[in-house]
Amino acid sequence: MVIVYVEESGELAQQAIAFARGLDDPLHAFTAGEALPVSGIEVVHVADGDAFSAYAPAAIAQALVELVERLSPSAVVAAGTERGNEVLAHVAAKLDLPFAANCTAATPGDAFLVMRVRWGGSLLEEARLDGPVRLLTVQPHAIAAEEKAAGDPAVELFTPTLSDADLVGRVVERVAAAAGGVSLAEARVVVSCGRGAGSPEGFEIIEELAGLLGGAVGCSRAVTMAGWRPHTDQVGQTGTKIAPDIYLACGISGATQHMAGCKGAKTILAVNTDPEAPILASADYAVIGDLHEVVPAISAELRKARGG
Amino acid sequence: MRILVCVKRVPLTGGTIVLTEDAQAIETRHLGFTISPHEECGVEEAVRLVEEHAGASVVLTLGPPEAVEQLRDAMALGIDRALHLVSDGEEWDPQATVGAVVEAIRADEAANGAFDLVFFGNESADAGNYQVGIRVAYALGRPVATGLKGVTLEGDVVRCEQEVSGGRDVYVLPLPAVITVLEGLNLPRYPSVPAKLRAQRKPVESSSPTRPSSKLEKVRLVVPEGQGKEAVILGHGPEAAPAVVEVLRQIGVA
Repeated sequence: MVIVYVEESGELAQQAIAFARGLDDPLHAFTAGEALPVSGIEVVHVADGDAFSAYAPAAIAQALVELVERLSPSAVVAAGTERGNEVLAHVAAKLDLPFAANCTAATPGDAFLVMRVRWGGSLLEEARLDGPVRLLTVQPHAIAAEEKAAGDPAVELFTPTLSDADLVGRVVERVAAAAGGVSLAEARVVVSCGRGAGSPEGFEIIEELAGLLGGAVGCSRAVTMAGWRPHTDQVGQTGTKIAPDIYLACGISGATQHMAGCKGAKTILAVNTDPEAPILASADYAVIGDLHEVVPAISAELRKARGG
Repeated sequence: MRILVCVKRVPLTGGTIVLTEDAQAIETRHLGFTISPHEECGVEEAVRLVEEHAGASVVLTLGPPEAVEQLRDAMALGIDRALHLVSDGEEWDPQATVGAVVEAIRADEAANGAFDLVFFGNESADAGNYQVGIRVAYALGRPVATGLKGVTLEGDVVRCEQEVSGGRDVYVLPLPAVITVLEGLNLPRYPSVPAKLRAQRKPVESSSPTRPSSKLEKVRLVVPEGQGKEAVILGHGPEAAPAVVEVLRQIGVA
């Protein structure tokens, strides 16, 4: 048996279920607080009680531990989101078991042979995951989600025994974000620039082009570390992961740190003075030239095409 | 107020990753090294908290002898002293790392008093195991909050803010606590030359823990295959603008 922890129903949960199906059967799911709609599994175990009205990772983990002790699964799987990784790390700490985060593949056996992501996806690690119960999360978008299967799973409620310590770290307040422009993570177009902008003012031409395309402005880590742009604009392993229809990367060399953040772009168009820049190996289109000349020319051409 | 920040030495990988012949590590002969980015913000935050509330700050790393460079970097930002758990140069899996870190924390606390806050990065830039801070919290019996972009001390509690879709989730933990942070928590200062010189004279206490066997055992590293793309060159300089606009139009965003 494999238990799949579902924090949120949807695409990533169905990817985790598809991954779990390759490990063992039957598949059961676990959710905290309410029975989330999931497909392709036999039973959904729902941890019930006031403790689960707000997100509390240690409490969710304790409920999972109780389920693991009752059902003795060969593995526990979750989507490799921030919270999927967090809850499984709590389970790992409680059970003193190893835990492999962000796997792209796993071969069951005495020890599972897993392939997992390092460096935000720029490197993979093959590793042996030991333990009577293998704990692992699934790298988002590494494998296809299962088609929705017919029939609803059975729902079984249970009320886990929690300690006070399990409820210390819980969400006590949600502060709503101020309404802003186009969000970087969800923008259809992202125009970004690296240190080649030369100064904070150098981003004016980038903002102009992004504005004309209804897109968002991004930047490299070097730019945020210099204090030229806020960290919320950073595209990269330690910044925002973007998935636009097109990413215009101007004066971006293509360091692994940056590419980990823009792999999700459907099309990449690079503007770079260096025809040997690493980004050209990941780009669909390129313009060889100085961004300070090329970017204003693109804006001018867009205006001309629109008759203004 | 006593604050500990745990950091990891990682290579600056640049544009392409090259592995050693046995595929056990990244070839780093031509690379520089840095404090893993999330943890650099942890260092800055610890220094700011001590500047504001008074007290002492300590940086800890488990790493090869060369990792003293990252300890000096942290002390140049304002950390008072360092604990260096000198490794054998092999990679330690998360549980082995936790064992050594917890032992070092207990020893330092026995001599100097408890740490009110222990900082970790949410995940290291290289291994990305997402678990060391949480496991240390359990071993010490302290509450933990992860992935933080806001940390405020309010008396004997710490207010922790986590960015989520649509806003920020808030946790309030009693001290002592363990927290893991993300880059963007703050903008780390640039160390001055006098601060770098002072850092050379700050104390580094070394010990050499023994590495237990791995339970998450690395077999080999693999560089993922490139997408095999060859960029279509649309042109050179501003003359390429019409071709760019044509691409934008085809995609439906012009």
